[in-house]
Amino acid sequence: MEKLLEEFSLGLFFWQTVLFGLLLFLMWKFAWKPILNAINDREDGIKNALDAAEDAKREMQNVTADSEKLLKEARAEREAMLKEAREIKDKIVADAKDQAQVEGDKMVKQAQATIESEKNAAVAEIKTQVANLSVDIAEKIIKGELSDKKKQLKLVDDMLGDIKLN
Amino acid sequence: MQKNTLTRFLLVVALFLGQFTFASDTEKEVGEHDKDLKTEIKEYITHHLQDAHDFSLFSYTKENGEHKYVGFSLPVILWDDGLRVFSSSKFHHGETLAEVDGNHYKLYHSKIYKTDAEGTIHYDEEHHATNVKPIDFSITKNVVMIIITGLLMLWLFTSLARSYAKNNGVPTGAGRFFEPIVLYIRDDIARPNIGEKRYKKYMPFLLTIFFFIWFLNMFGLTPLGINVTGNIAITVSLAVMTFLITNFTGTKDYWMHQFDPLGKSLPWYGKIPLYIILVPIELLGLIIKPFSLLIRLYANMQAGHIVLMSLIGLMFIFKSWLGSPLSFGLAFAISLIEILVALLQAYIFTMLSALYFGFASEEHEHDHEHEAEVAH
Repeated sequence: MEKLLEEFSLGLFFWQTVLFGLLLFLMWKFAWKPILNAINDREDGIKNALDAAEDAKREMQNVTADSEKLLKEARAEREAMLKEAREIKDKIVADAKDQAQVEGDKMVKQAQATIESEKNAAVAEIKTQVANLSVDIAEKIIKGELSDKKKQLKLVDDMLGDIKLN
Repeated sequence: MQKNTLTRFLLVVALFLGQFTFASDTEKEVGEHDKDLKTEIKEYITHHLQDAHDFSLFSYTKENGEHKYVGFSLPVILWDDGLRVFSSSKFHHGETLAEVDGNHYKLYHSKIYKTDAEGTIHYDEEHHATNVKPIDFSITKNVVMIIITGLLMLWLFTSLARSYAKNNGVPTGAGRFFEPIVLYIRDDIARPNIGEKRYKKYMPFLLTIFFFIWFLNMFGLTPLGINVTGNIAITVSLAVMTFLITNFTGTKDYWMHQFDPLGKSLPWYGKIPLYIILVPIELLGLIIKPFSLLIRLYANMQAGHIVLMSLIGLMFIFKSWLGSPLSFGLAFAISLIEILVALLQAYIFTMLSALYFGFASEEHEHDHEHEAEVAH
């Protein structure tokens, strides 16, 4: 301790304090202030740039998500449209089938009815014709039979004989 | 004689070419060089550790025993019933008396004493000079080094500051090396220790003191024989500044802590017996903190120089093919460690200063909470 006190030089202490004070002031004014300000500005700049990049990234993500959503919607819509179209097609085909069935049935029935009436008409015609033919034949036969006397008598006899039999 | 001269010359060159002033009594015993060498080295080291009134780059001894000094003299400024200014060349490195305005001054063990015309030094029982010491405001070697370091710092950092303006915020040249250090001091010393809100006002001091100590420590490792940060006056001045800044920027909480360390946890009558012991301890702590700073820096730099120079001196004492290379290797290793120590001591001084500033400018969080509760 005594050695330390012995070594202590007031003059050096004085100069050190004065010079260091001066150095501190000058450094403060001309070095540290501009340096620290410049560093701060630069850091702020970097921070802002990073924030902006982050924002842009987020924006980008939003855009991507939006487009994805749109795509999904469009796909779903297409799907729905296809389904509807298929349903419509099936319905049309089914309707057409039903209608054809009904129409066919109706035509068959009509045909049957026509056939029936034609048949009836034909039968009736045949009947008239047969009756006419029979009458004609009978007239011709009777005319032949009644042309001579003998034969007329014979007929009468036969008829009489039949009556007896009855 | 030839060998003696050669040995001395090598010693001088190897001891990093500092100043080589022989005390007058050893000079008379030059013949007994074997015993003398150890004393010589010891004195050389002691001398080197002290401040000097002239800036010698190196010195050597001619064959006729005359000392030659290469360097330049510095102004001596004394306050002795008026200002006395003269050149240190008048002392002839302590060999002659300086006569100024009818007063005689003698340079003895790097200190200036007022003597009579014959240069008699009076001693007390412990062989301390008792002559009058005029107050010495000389521009000594250390003052010159402080000025040089200051100019170097100004030049380096103003050019760094300019390079920001010129280069759009990007440092150039040496600034690329120093900018990370500035950032380190800001981000790893000031911010965590002082706090985000208040660190800014302490930054100039922390930066200045860090680079000042570091540069001077590094200068101490050059072969110029400079030992500024290992000088007690310098470390006292630095620690006093830390002390003043700590206490002048102290907040209310800080002073409350000094004089009322227990706060509201104890009623006043309970505090009295405790505070008789506690408050003096707290106040002592105020002084001890900067005191530890100044002793730590002083002792570390001083010790580093002593160890390094002793190891170099050992080379000349061993004078053997084994011992000398060994001590050379050791000295080399110690030099490398000293480069680390130079940085480390600057870091520690700055770090602890920041820590003390942090204590002083701290505002206790729980007090705010309490105030907030009251406000509700």
